Amino acid sequence: MKLAVGPLLYLWSREAVTDFYARVAASPVDIVYLGETVCSKRRFLTLADWQMLAERLVSAGKEVILSTLTLMESESELRTMRRIVANGQYPIEANDMAALYAVTEAEEAFIAGPHINTYNQATLELLAELGARRWVMPMELSRDTLAQMQQKRPDGLQTEVFVYGRMPLAFSARCFTARNRNLPKDDCRLCCGDYADGLPLGTQEGEGFLTLNGIQTQSGLVCNLLTELSALEKLGVDVVRLSPQSQHMEQVITAFHDVIQGNAEPESAQKELSAVVGEEYCNGYWFGEPGMAVR
Amino acid sequence: MVGEKGNMQKVELVCPAGSLPALKAAVDNGADAVYMGFRDATNARNFPGLNFDEGGAAKGIRYAHEHGVKVLLALNTFPQPENWEQWTRAVDLAATLGVDAIIMADPGLLRYAATTHPELRLHLSVQGSATSYEAINFYQRQFCIQRVVLPRVLSFSQVTRLIANTDVEVEVFGFGSLCVMVEGRCALSSYVTGESPNTCGACSPAKAVRWEEDSSGRRSRLNGVLIDSYKPGESAGYPVLCKGRFEVNGRVDYAIEEPTSLSLLDRLPDLLKAGVVAVKVEGRQRSPAYVKQVTRVLRQALDACLADPENYTPRPDWVAQLDRVAEGSTHTLGALDRAWQ
Repeated sequence: MKLAVGPLLYLWSREAVTDFYARVAASPVDIVYLGETVCSKRRFLTLADWQMLAERLVSAGKEVILSTLTLMESESELRTMRRIVANGQYPIEANDMAALYAVTEAEEAFIAGPHINTYNQATLELLAELGARRWVMPMELSRDTLAQMQQKRPDGLQTEVFVYGRMPLAFSARCFTARNRNLPKDDCRLCCGDYADGLPLGTQEGEGFLTLNGIQTQSGLVCNLLTELSALEKLGVDVVRLSPQSQHMEQVITAFHDVIQGNAEPESAQKELSAVVGEEYCNGYWFGEPGMAVR
Repeated sequence: MVGEKGNMQKVELVCPAGSLPALKAAVDNGADAVYMGFRDATNARNFPGLNFDEGGAAKGIRYAHEHGVKVLLALNTFPQPENWEQWTRAVDLAATLGVDAIIMADPGLLRYAATTHPELRLHLSVQGSATSYEAINFYQRQFCIQRVVLPRVLSFSQVTRLIANTDVEVEVFGFGSLCVMVEGRCALSSYVTGESPNTCGACSPAKAVRWEEDSSGRRSRLNGVLIDSYKPGESAGYPVLCKGRFEVNGRVDYAIEEPTSLSLLDRLPDLLKAGVVAVKVEGRQRSPAYVKQVTRVLRQALDACLADPENYTPRPDWVAQLDRVAEGSTHTLGALDRAWQ
């Protein structure tokens, strides 16, 4: 099973992004997804910058995928997406049907991202025929659904599962971070950049609930399937995805790498990781329960 | 009126039919088409006591067709392997019953319908999340969809540009409850309750709702999570989880969206000018009285707008009637108005 670092979901400074991927380059991950998937107003890095980071990661032996925006509304967003698709070097993670259209028109191999709604075998077959080399399971699907999808998976199609990070759960035209700061979206001043891991939203009882990340809403809890890696392996999952966090990412990568390689027992690795990142996490979706639940 | 594409425009009023009485209310009050679902998880309004079994659907279709009204069938959830056959059977049944179109979102199911029932007209549901003409191109190329229902996330200029770049018919929501998130791309409900619109056809399902009341007021919970609290006497709404009051940066507020309804009454001429072919009313979960009221107002508004778009203004009594049945008794243009975003 290969280890992937998913696209960076937050707005970090250029320096922070460069530094983060330098550390990823030195880490034992196999695949790195690059690019802006949340908001087209986040332009600290250009496509050329991302390509430069990609080159460095490739030199470090990583496989690089360029991810596209998830919610596409404007002509300029379509243009950017087409430029990414036409990069000529790196495969594309399509996160919207517009990108899927562009990659299939260009007859390029692609990865169907977690926001392409792949809920059944018929959709898997369609994606495989269109040239998908891999699909990423939607957040809300369970182990049991995955097992059935895997049984009838088209030949040659790889499967990837999101196993660590705050889960991207919803997208909107509205920017919730700007709303909280009383700023109109058109003059958001990139305020989402003030929250390296998103802006926590809690209940009136002070319980953590969700995370606001611009137009994206994420889970409040981090999803963590570290102790389920052997089950994922048994189901024939090819790649597991870790979502970038501003803190302790190396320890997260090490924990997953060690368990996959059989160098650590899942329970002890979990204990060590908890000591660094805290005890709280969720895994409910995997067990067919509410996503926020933990088993 | 003449649309930008130069052809004489007919604009369909598409109204919700959650039950036979609601269907009749829509038909009798001026709907051009009604949309309905079967009584199970195959549609995005899978609520107890709602929707149609086979016999009821046949009756409803007969009533609508006898009155020259089209029937669209919503099969707009995402089947999973264990219940795939239930969805394909629903497609087959819809074809047998003679509906005028199926409204679908799942790519696998769209392909099934397109190959098994090539004569059947396919509409892309709002749950299909097509927010650009390139996304529409995908569904058109793959499944020959003939109409798309736009997610409620685009501004006016984006809607206009989208329509100018596709020959697929475009339907927009004209009135009803407002989804703040892109439809088909929201798993907030399953995060809290295990059931989402995509998987179960339900958002913030009633069985997960709990109300508490004491001297300090009322509280609404969704699977234990506090969605909102109300002082004694304060009016309380259904706890749709994105419309609760939460704490962000030390401030308690409607952090995502306040309870409000979408109403495009003010901008009907712009929508028709852009080339919208159908205006949809949300609310299969609402009462026949709601359907009657909203259908009647929108029929009058559309007729007035089509007859004389230059001089169209929404009548105050229309606005008042719609606000009375609106969530939170108030309305917004939603994402069409950039300030909302």
